[in-house]
Order: sequence, then structure tokens, then C-alpha cells
Amino acid sequence: MSLLRGEPAFFDNLIEVSLPFTPEALASLKAGQLVSLSGTLYTGRDQTHRRLCALLDEGKELPVDLAGQLLYYVGPSPARPGRVIGAAGPTTSYRMDSYTPRLLALGLAATMGKGARSAEVRQAMLAHGALYLAAIGGAGAFLSKCIKKSELVAFADAGPEALFRFEVENFPAVVINDLAGRDYYALVGAASCCEK
Amino acid sequence: MREIDSSEISKVVRDLAIAAAHDLEPDILDALLVARDRETGELAGNILELLLTNADIASRDRIPVCQDTGTGILFLELGQEVHVRGDLNEALQEGVRLGYEEGYLRKSVCDPLTRKNTGTNTPAVVHLDMVPGDRLTIRFLPKGCGSENMSSLVMLPPASGTEGVVRHVIDRVLAAGSNPCPPMIVGVGLGGSFEKAALLAKKALLRPVGMRSDRADVAALEERMLREINAQGQGVHGFGGITTALAVHMETFPCHIASLPVAINIQCHAHRHKEIVI
Repeated sequence: MSLLRGEPAFFDNLIEVSLPFTPEALASLKAGQLVSLSGTLYTGRDQTHRRLCALLDEGKELPVDLAGQLLYYVGPSPARPGRVIGAAGPTTSYRMDSYTPRLLALGLAATMGKGARSAEVRQAMLAHGALYLAAIGGAGAFLSKCIKKSELVAFADAGPEALFRFEVENFPAVVINDLAGRDYYALVGAASCCEK
Repeated sequence: MREIDSSEISKVVRDLAIAAAHDLEPDILDALLVARDRETGELAGNILELLLTNADIASRDRIPVCQDTGTGILFLELGQEVHVRGDLNEALQEGVRLGYEEGYLRKSVCDPLTRKNTGTNTPAVVHLDMVPGDRLTIRFLPKGCGSENMSSLVMLPPASGTEGVVRHVIDRVLAAGSNPCPPMIVGVGLGGSFEKAALLAKKALLRPVGMRSDRADVAALEERMLREINAQGQGVHGFGGITTALAVHMETFPCHIASLPVAINIQCHAHRHKEIVI
């Protein structure tokens, strides 16, 4: 039996956005807006970040050009046979904070996870004109349905922590940090203990 | 003396692990439904609706509610008149291993230093209590770490008193912000010793969501803390609204005259738990 009253009201007020972002879309989105993302994005969490930065330390080329792309912090659960992917909601972003400014300097256009970012990351986003979005934590089954294709790009041995390329359709998210320097969590008063 | 074979325990634990990841229990679903109906924030209301949709999809299509299918936490109450044939701990671990493999659940357990994944989601954490009788109760609580990482333990000076405890809990919960996937359930362990307080905080999460303590003074504190947390308006996922927490559960235990341990174990809205009595 469905728990729902009807069609989710969620879909009423979404702003449709194509990935990768156009410079115009990046500049026009504002903190607090609900967006519906369609197109290509890359994924990575703790291990992928550690390894990307280790490659940069060694002066080596990264397995993917992140310039202009959206990097989604996710470690999916395994796909059942015949499925694209398992549950695939966001992980907490602050664990990526120490790596993020280096990736933004390479031209990464946006990151997506959940929870507030450090002052250093917010400053780097402002300097490089990058967005931060929150996906809906704990909605892994719903978000799984928005992922139409998943392709392994690098770090296969890291399992769920590997770097994947996703094709997504109508993937919902909330803009947290916009290019004007607004922070939606701060506006609401939900800044985190971990941003110091 | 009643005999239970360890292989039966493995099967039961496997099934609990798979069911917990996919099928939310009525207590948390009801709490989310009530929250949705009461919510005044527009964005928060939409997100609560989406979380109910998510629970629906998870159960119907067998996709985990959340990709973080957690560290396995097992609470056992073993009747003194039960004899387990075989290795009980081994049987529990085997059940977790099978559940995570056969249920397509994410293996998230690694070595704390090398960070190398054990590949099986074992070892699970096991808490065993001996009780009278000839039954074995097994509770499975897969714990995701977005919320677990926001937990804390502090040894307050007794002079802090009740007000000190209340302030500490509220400050800590609000400081967690949107990290632990609110609306959260706040487990508080008050008293005992260093490790007892932490265990009480976790055990507090096993109470049906929103059930008050049977101690009137503790129940009043639970209600006050919940009210004050929600009055701050952080709301669902830190997007604003009146539902930052669904419940505060506090368990107490007498402590040393010089001590006032306070442990806080935070649980996300994807509050997965299953129980069986053998």
C-alpha cells in the first residue's frame, strides 16, 4: 500500500538544469532553489578524493578532466542484476573539504553532497565561481531511479568509493552555496559544527 | 535447557539484515507521516513527502532505503536456559556476511588505520545481555555514519546539573546541523560509566520512536529537549521548518558521586531496525 497522499508536491517548483552546467546556469542559480538535474556527472567520496590528490602530488594526469563538471559525493550500494545501480544518495560533504579547493582550482564547476562546507571551501568556491548543492540524504532508493546509466571511470578497487560517471534524469537537489556567496544553511541557521 | 542451533541464528540474522535495509518499521514511518502532516516549511514538507516516497520505492523495488547500509549493530538478549549449539559469535558474523552479500547491501566496514575494506561488512558489533528464560531476542540496527559521526560523549562535572545536561544535548544536536540527515532521533545515555553511557545512548534508539521514558522526570526532559531543538528552525535536512528531530529518548543509570557522563548517539531519519524472538 502506498504511503502517499497523491503525487509528490515535490515536483511542482523545480528548476530544470542540464549537466554539465552552462556558465549562464551556474551564475543564475540561487541558494535555496530546488533544481532538477539531467545530464552527466562524476562521483567520488573519501578514497577517490585521496587518490585524485595523490596523483596531483605526483604531478600525474587525472583519469578524468573535471573542468566544468559536477562532482557528486556518493558511494552507491551494489546494483541487483539487471539494474543500473543500487541506492545512491549523498554522503556528508565535510569529509571532502580538505581536498576540494585543489579540485576547484582545476575548474570543477560544482560539488554535491549533504551538510555544510568549511570556510576554506566556501572561499575557494567564491574565488573559482563554483556551486555547492545538497542532494536529499537518506533518499537513496528514490535517487537510484534518477540514475539512468553508471560507468566505472577509475579506482575500481575502491569498490563503492570508486569514480563513476552517471547519466541522471530529473535528479532533485537544493542549491546551498551560490556564486554570489550566499549559503542556504547559514540563512536557515543550520551551519555545522564541522565547518570550523 | 532449550537448544538453538547456531546455523539457525545465521539465517535469522541474514534475514534481519536484508529486511532492515529495505523495509522501514511502522514506528519511524508513522513519525515521518505525522511530521509531514504538521510541517509548515514548504521545502521541508516536500522533502518529508519525498522520504515517504523513498520508503515506498525501497520496500517495493528492493533498493536499500539508504546506500549507507551501515555497520551492523546487534543487540542480543540471551535467556539463561538457552544453549546455543556451535559458535554464537561466529554464527552472528556469518549471518551479517550473508545478508550483506545476498541482499546487495553496501559493505562499509574497513580497518581503522589502513582503511582497507574487509569486503564482508564484518565484523559487526555485538552487545550481549543475559536474561531469565529460554528465549533469544536479536535486534539488528544497521547504523549509517552520517549520523554516527555526529555523536559524542562527555564527562560533565556533577555541578552542571540537569540544566547542564539539557544545554549540552541541545547544543550538540544543533551543532550537528544538516550532517546527520535530520529529522533525527536523539539517543541520550545519562549516568553509568564512560562506556555504559555510550551503550545507553545507543540502546535509547531501540525504543519505538517517540515513546517517552517511564520515569516522569526523564520524560519531561525528553519533551523539553525535543521542543527546544525544533524551536530553532533548522528543520528537515537543515532546509528550515519545525522538524529537526522526531524524538529524544533518554536512558539513565546511577553513576559515581563525582561523575555525570552524558552520551549522545544521533540516528538519521532512515532509522532502520529489526527484531526477532527465537
